[in-house]
Amino acid sequence: MARLLAIGWLFHLKNLTNSLFFVLISVLQPVIFATIAFFMFDAGRRSGGLLYAALGAGLMGIWSSTLFGSGGAIQWQRWQGTLEIIVAAPARFLWVMLPLTVSTASIGLYSIVATLFWGRVFFGVPLDFEQPWLFALALPVTVLSLGLLGLVLASTFVLYRQASAFSNLLEYPIWLVTGLLVPLSLLPGWVEPLSWVLAPTWGMEAVRNAALGGEVWPGIGMCVLLGAVYLALGSVLMQNFERLARQRATLSLT
Amino acid sequence: MTAALRVFFVGGGISYRALFNWISPGMYVTTMLGSPLFQILFFTYLGRYAGGQGDDFFIVGNAVQVSAMAGIYGMVMGIANERQFGTLSPLLATPANRLAVFAGRGLPFIVNGLVVSTFGFLSAWALLDFSPDPAVLPTLAFVVTVTVVSCTALGALIGSIGLRARDVFFAANLVYFLLLLFCGVNVDVSDLPGWMEAVGRAIPLTHGIEAARRVVAGETLGDVGGLVATEAIIGALYAVAAYALFRLFEAEGRRRASLETY
Repeated sequence: MARLLAIGWLFHLKNLTNSLFFVLISVLQPVIFATIAFFMFDAGRRSGGLLYAALGAGLMGIWSSTLFGSGGAIQWQRWQGTLEIIVAAPARFLWVMLPLTVSTASIGLYSIVATLFWGRVFFGVPLDFEQPWLFALALPVTVLSLGLLGLVLASTFVLYRQASAFSNLLEYPIWLVTGLLVPLSLLPGWVEPLSWVLAPTWGMEAVRNAALGGEVWPGIGMCVLLGAVYLALGSVLMQNFERLARQRATLSLT
Repeated sequence: MTAALRVFFVGGGISYRALFNWISPGMYVTTMLGSPLFQILFFTYLGRYAGGQGDDFFIVGNAVQVSAMAGIYGMVMGIANERQFGTLSPLLATPANRLAVFAGRGLPFIVNGLVVSTFGFLSAWALLDFSPDPAVLPTLAFVVTVTVVSCTALGALIGSIGLRARDVFFAANLVYFLLLLFCGVNVDVSDLPGWMEAVGRAIPLTHGIEAARRVVAGETLGDVGGLVATEAIIGALYAVAAYALFRLFEAEGRRRASLETY
């Protein structure tokens, strides 16, 4: 199974890297948002906010690539005519889809690299991480937890014919309620409980604290916990999708 | 003349309806209104955190810019989808007035863009305590209308390029995000580096947004007349360039028998 996951992840990572759309949302869009944030922080005289902005914009890119990639993952296989083959394969459907959703989050790593590089070269963002080893741990844990959240997205969005449009709708709200650039303390109080069940909130906390100073382990712990919940939920939903599609003979129908 | 007007209005309406072959009207409305609403909220809260400008700066900038959802994406689809869906050749085989065919596609998206911007302002009024003096609203509506028309001209230009380019939707997405950066939507253009300010001042939206902000701050149409005129002239130049490219690619496509090839 490890081989299946590793090869599937690598295959989808290469595949997504070849897509101009994913280059846009995982590299260009985060760089544009980071630049806007740099200028806004500069105009507002918010000192020391540049690394904060670079990391936030990078995580925004990870969310976007997960949302668009995982949200349309099953539909995508259906359009390409590979869904029936995947379902008929001896490997469990879940273990075939998991590397795909994790790879959609993984290409978001380009976002972090791009925004940090861009910030360093053009805005002089200091890349002095307070806890570099924990940063190196927090980042992949965050990506994995988002990939597992992607599994839930993939198995629920497939129920909606308009999944791609629905994905457009969810980009800004999650950026906002998970505090990727705007601190949650500025938002209405009812937003905070929503943020607790979303892995990007804890991933951002872990990554930011590792870079800027602060407790990292609670964020990493919550990412692991939420990742396990997402995996369990995604597993049930994937089985449900597969069962219904077989019963109703609707596997290849959009 | 009557035939041209019919092509302008009816053809434009049919082209707009063709959008709904891939997206349901309900989801279209939700996307067109939901996404701009959250964009306005996101940048206004980010602005509060960054400091330096009041809420109105971000609300007006984003409420005007979100009209580009219709102006850019809509116009690109309105023109380039003809090629994607294989209807470009039959369309261009007709003797219909080309200007009417081309311009008619813009009208529904101008209306659409105005609805989106109006919804953005109303949402800001309901959720962010945006409360301009009611006396400025007619002038604001005029400024926003000119800006939306101008922005739609930019969309038409990209759409025309879609008659030749392989992946015009990439360009449309990129331009939409670049407008956020270059047009003074969230950062005053005068705070941008010189070359970015120069680019911003040469594209639609920038002058319109600046005029809209000044109107909300209490200035009259006379005070911002120069900005509005500049916005209108820039829009007209883009519209002319878009139509010229449309005709050029039509002629090239006929000559090389490549209208719908990629």
